[in-house]
Amino acid sequence: MIDEQVLARVLGTALRGGGEFAEVFAEDRRSSSARLEDGKIEELTSGRERGAGVRVVTGPTTGYAHTADLSEAGLLAAAEVASAAARVSGATSRVVDLDRRTPQGSQVVEERPEDVAKARKVELLLAADEAARHGRPAVAQVSTSTSDNRRRTLIANSDGLLVEDDVTRTRFGVQCVAQGDTGLQTGHRSVGASVGFELFDRWDVEQLAAEAADTAIRKLAARPAPAGVVPVVLAAGGGGVLFHEACGHGLEADLVEKDTSVFRGRIGTQVASSLVTLIDDATVAGEWGTFAVDDEGAPAQRTVLIQDGVLQDYMWDLVRARRAGRPSTGNGRRETYQHLPMVRMTNTFLAPNPGTTLDDLIGEVEHGVFCKTLGGGQVNTATGDFVFGMTEAFLIEGGRVTEPLRAANLIGNGPQALLDIEGLADDFDMGWPGTCGKDGQGVPVGMGIPSLRVGGLTVGGTAR
Amino acid sequence: MTGRPDDLVALAVQVADRGEPGEQVEAYVLRGTELTARVSAGEVEQLSSATSEGVGLRVVRDRRIGFAWAGSLDPAIVAETLADARDNASFATPDEHAGLAQPDGVEAVELDLWRDDVAATATADKVALAAEVERRVLADPGIRGLRFAEYQDGRTEVAVATSTGLVTSRRSTTAYLSCLAMAGEGDGTTTGSGLSFGRAVADLDADRVVGDAVTHATRMQGAAKPASATVTVVLDPWVTASVLAVVASLCNGEAVLKGRSLFGSRLGEEVASPLLTLVDDPTNPSASGASAYDAEGLATRPTPLIEGGVLRSFLYDTRWGRAAGRPSTASATRSFKGTPGISARAVAPSPGTLSHEEVLAAVGEGLYVQSVAGLHSGVDRISGDFSVGCEGLMIRGGTLAEPVKECTIASTLLRMLQGVVHVGADLEWATGSCARVTLAIDGLSLGGT
Repeated sequence: MIDEQVLARVLGTALRGGGEFAEVFAEDRRSSSARLEDGKIEELTSGRERGAGVRVVTGPTTGYAHTADLSEAGLLAAAEVASAAARVSGATSRVVDLDRRTPQGSQVVEERPEDVAKARKVELLLAADEAARHGRPAVAQVSTSTSDNRRRTLIANSDGLLVEDDVTRTRFGVQCVAQGDTGLQTGHRSVGASVGFELFDRWDVEQLAAEAADTAIRKLAARPAPAGVVPVVLAAGGGGVLFHEACGHGLEADLVEKDTSVFRGRIGTQVASSLVTLIDDATVAGEWGTFAVDDEGAPAQRTVLIQDGVLQDYMWDLVRARRAGRPSTGNGRRETYQHLPMVRMTNTFLAPNPGTTLDDLIGEVEHGVFCKTLGGGQVNTATGDFVFGMTEAFLIEGGRVTEPLRAANLIGNGPQALLDIEGLADDFDMGWPGTCGKDGQGVPVGMGIPSLRVGGLTVGGTAR
Repeated sequence: MTGRPDDLVALAVQVADRGEPGEQVEAYVLRGTELTARVSAGEVEQLSSATSEGVGLRVVRDRRIGFAWAGSLDPAIVAETLADARDNASFATPDEHAGLAQPDGVEAVELDLWRDDVAATATADKVALAAEVERRVLADPGIRGLRFAEYQDGRTEVAVATSTGLVTSRRSTTAYLSCLAMAGEGDGTTTGSGLSFGRAVADLDADRVVGDAVTHATRMQGAAKPASATVTVVLDPWVTASVLAVVASLCNGEAVLKGRSLFGSRLGEEVASPLLTLVDDPTNPSASGASAYDAEGLATRPTPLIEGGVLRSFLYDTRWGRAAGRPSTASATRSFKGTPGISARAVAPSPGTLSHEEVLAAVGEGLYVQSVAGLHSGVDRISGDFSVGCEGLMIRGGTLAEPVKECTIASTLLRMLQGVVHVGADLEWATGSCARVTLAIDGLSLGGT
């Protein structure tokens, strides 16, 4: 993307103001998407973007500037601006020798989405639309979409690192609206992976569409969710977002450093039920949050955050790890070259528990909620309080799943929920592909859980 | 108009003129500059400055729409992007309503949303503003620390040109000062945010940012889960703005036509309390979302959404207006990376006569909602089901009493709109598409213990 000599000169300029660390992050991104609504292909879009950001770190101060101009002149101008933000007196220049490294675990794409005829993508959407409607007169609306992007990155820094990555991601989604006497209800399914068009060899879009339609229809008969504290069983995969939001964020070193995490100072202590092992792993081939190197050039890594309920480590990016005198865990990520990297999760999941089944978890509940999928959520990392929408939930009565419930929020406290996990099952699923938002930046993340039961969470329904 | 982004207009016109026979072309060109300064322990923690630019191009051919974008104004890349958009159009299903905006005779209001002081103010002075907020928040004995104290500003210039004869441009500046303060220790931690918005650096109100953050964080100390009950709630003006944004989204003409809004069949019906009148008026220069033109190049205009509780109109862009047999309300919004969508820009209720304190006194007993969480996931725009997490303070004897947290408020959107009992007189504009005002609603389910 950029010549090695040019990179060395840009880093030299960036350090001229006396910076301790300088970095060039360059990115070239191509994306395409297609969307069908109401039986019509509404639009195909394609986009491209490339540029570079220059970061200079001096003591506690970080200067950053970015440019879409990848010429030497454009990069040098960005380096000047970034260096001015972090200038110290009496500085001398430094020469940077770059050492090109080849990352482990680089992605192998079987079928490049950019080489797939647009007509084939259109056919997939039409087939899913037809499958959702077939034999289901209650289905009033169907929308289906597919998107893919290829992101090539290059990172060079004043430690001499020079490394590149190339990640392709493909996803598919379907949403159905069913109409009945009780009004309208929605159902959706979404799948995505860090793979090429071979995503569609693994997933049958027609079956996903049928499931989404059936979910919407089932919810037409739903009754109001209860209001108050009840035991909640979360289905494998569908509830992973809760632990991402309510626990994962609190284990990000930047929040811990700022004293805005409830997990600060708790390494080596019991922070969860002894059934809980929580892992962040960017190396799982093909998962949504997978890559070969992070956006600071650190190799992808598997980090055990909580083992048998005991807190082991936080997630780290480069700058905070340097300050703490330890290695990065490969969790430095950014949305685009226009953003500074910060600590982000990759694929975060709870490990399954052999010997217990989903039926065991449900069978022990007299009155509670079985939540099959959670929607979006929010967490205050300083307090650990969270709230999530249940997009597909059922009542549990006398140890059996009975009626579907209307949409309602689930609220609780992350650290408390971790302690209140009463059971985990032997099943496991990574759930839907997520986009994690933090400080205005969205990055792709994977989130997985086995089926599990929390002793008590507050359900924000209207039924008494 | 002075300060017109002439180079962007020239580029947009050049692209729009490149349409082939039987083809319509629209060019949306944007250039933006941003500065963010974050302060920690009196030092600059992070200073980023950035300029971004790009084009979004739509081609309509044989009633088919194609779109492509590029994060560059390089002529060769723009030419390739136009070819991509043209190719994409060939795969779309023909749509009888497809087409670009046409001049509709509505005169644009002259809006002066650009302040030179955003570019002229020294970076050090901007950093000093954030540092002052941090220092003053920390000086409060009830405060333990800050998650951040931040200054941010931006300058945006946009040009739109179409082969149908529209050529428009607009530019605006924004400045923000904000912080998130923390009080208490461990499990007892509470947070409070403060924010000030302006067109100019000089508009920013540090007193307000400090006062709000400190008050919001400290008054929540000792909060407990309340007992479940049916209550009258008083929404903090911040919370009202986000709830109104949900209501405005129900007026999205595309959602209505697609059966995705519970307002769909209710035009002309009483959907809300007679106390509620909502107008979307992007020509109001006080609104943060003010804009003289929409994203398709039409002049913006006021649109009444709800008048005296009666649902009056929906919001449309060109395409969905045609599908509904209505003119566009000039409600198209977008970035250069996407096709236009419909969105309200500047929604305000007609204010009532009671001050914030008078609303609390009039309600007497209830729940004051300081913040909500999960508004996105907890509201079903089709069924109207509403369920969000919240924290706030109980209202007893007409004044704020003990703090509560880890609870939910639930109802349906229609019941809430009909349950509006007071609109405050304290209307003001901050960020986002809706004004802030104190709002009292009765009959919500409070979910706690």
